[in-house]
Amino acid sequence: MSDEKKLAIIATKGTLDWAYPPFILASTAAALGYDTQIFFTFYGLVLLKKKLNLKMTSLGNPAMPMPMPVPVFMQAMPGMQAMITSMMKKTMKKKGVASVEELRDLSLEAEVKMVACQMTVDLFDFKHSDFIDGIEYGGAATFFEFAGNSDITLYI
Amino acid sequence: MPNHDQELDASGLNCPLPILRAKKTLNGMESGQILRIIATDPGSIKDFDAFAKQTGNDLLESSEEGGKYIFFLKKK
Repeated sequence: MSDEKKLAIIATKGTLDWAYPPFILASTAAALGYDTQIFFTFYGLVLLKKKLNLKMTSLGNPAMPMPMPVPVFMQAMPGMQAMITSMMKKTMKKKGVASVEELRDLSLEAEVKMVACQMTVDLFDFKHSDFIDGIEYGGAATFFEFAGNSDITLYI
Repeated sequence: MPNHDQELDASGLNCPLPILRAKKTLNGMESGQILRIIATDPGSIKDFDAFAKQTGNDLLESSEEGGKYIFFLKKK
């Protein structure tokens, strides 16, 4: 056994905003010398798709800062989700925040191991060809094999 | 101010990019060499200190001049 620290993350969410924590933490941990693994399950699985098309919504998230107050029923109007997603992407770019793709690439480059939940792949009728190369497929037992020896485990 | 072997301009980049870029640059350097980093992210002051402590690379100097943060890291 090496004395390298280990970080195990479960990524369960597939929206633009929630895509950030697993990749920020994994890439940074790898830079700090952690042996890092992310297990992607349910909606988190879309974070492994070759072509990312992540969106976000203000609905059900009253804490989201808006440039002006928008009543909730207006936020449900067609096109609002696309508008909010595009506004957020622009703001992130302006503030020098990396794109999800960039953080994912940096994580892969830093040898963060990524495991896709095979059960979810079946459930949502995804195909292995939908996903980026260099990942593994497994289930709960695969997660515990790594997580059982980890110093930190995070459920995101 | 220490002499440096390489320089990394991380101006305009936000967390965690300055750290990730610094790590990448250090990977290509020899032990004992010094990397000068320029950043504008105010969070980088604490982050580079934490990075140095956890990776064993020596943070020789950390300073601010005109809204820029300058760090000198000596590779382990």
